[in-house]
Amino acid sequence: MTETLDLSLPSKLESAETVSSEVKIAAAKIGFEDDDANWVELAVHEAVINAITHGNKHSDVKKVEVKLIIEDDALTVYIRDKGEGFDPTQLPDPTDVDNLLKPSGRGIFYMRTFMDEVEHSLHPEGGTIVRLKKWKRQQQSA
Amino acid sequence: MSQLSLKQREAGDVTVLDLSGKITIGEGSVQLREAVRGLLDNGKNKILLNLGDVSYVDSSGIGELVSSYTTVNKAGGQLKLLNLTKKIQDLLAITKLLTVFEIHEDEGTALSSFK
Repeated sequence: MTETLDLSLPSKLESAETVSSEVKIAAAKIGFEDDDANWVELAVHEAVINAITHGNKHSDVKKVEVKLIIEDDALTVYIRDKGEGFDPTQLPDPTDVDNLLKPSGRGIFYMRTFMDEVEHSLHPEGGTIVRLKKWKRQQQSA
Repeated sequence: MSQLSLKQREAGDVTVLDLSGKITIGEGSVQLREAVRGLLDNGKNKILLNLGDVSYVDSSGIGELVSSYTTVNKAGGQLKLLNLTKKIQDLLAITKLLTVFEIHEDEGTALSSFK
């Protein structure tokens, strides 16, 4: 099975709810364990929120493009914004003692913790693409 | 319907906020921020956040818990957490915040821990 779903969403916080609903449905189709489904939903939510707030800066004229690729054993999600891009290697470590009490800066850290693959790249026509992938855990044999 | 419901009750000089719903970017985080600032404005600086019925928190919600903690500390008060769900506990643990907050599982113990 390979199913794809393409969404083009306004840069509003409500769009994150729309994506979360689709991720829940996809996770159920693949048969992710409950914990994994919850964390995948959170990781995708964080990427979509980043695209809306930091990428598109809530612009009325910029859309967030989301693609879900649903396979038997994995979910891949692409999130593209139309912003100016950033260097993901230059982000401060939120677990550093100097950063513990900062109110922000944990979203990408959560994505990297909960997904098997996280990749940031620049789209040739501008904007950032985040690719998130989670594999379904193999069932333990009895 | 709002994302987050907050119910306030007093236990001696400690204010308990019973939260239920979502603490996420936007409304939920703002509601929590305003509730904590409102308590400080009214001279209530011993605050226990009961998170037992919070179903979902994102990085912004975790950030708001941190902001609430630092705001109350700066005001000379204390903010403690009660009844963490497994999900919230995991999110705090991953970002090494379990050591920052004082966390309780029993309300009586939590209340008596305030000085």
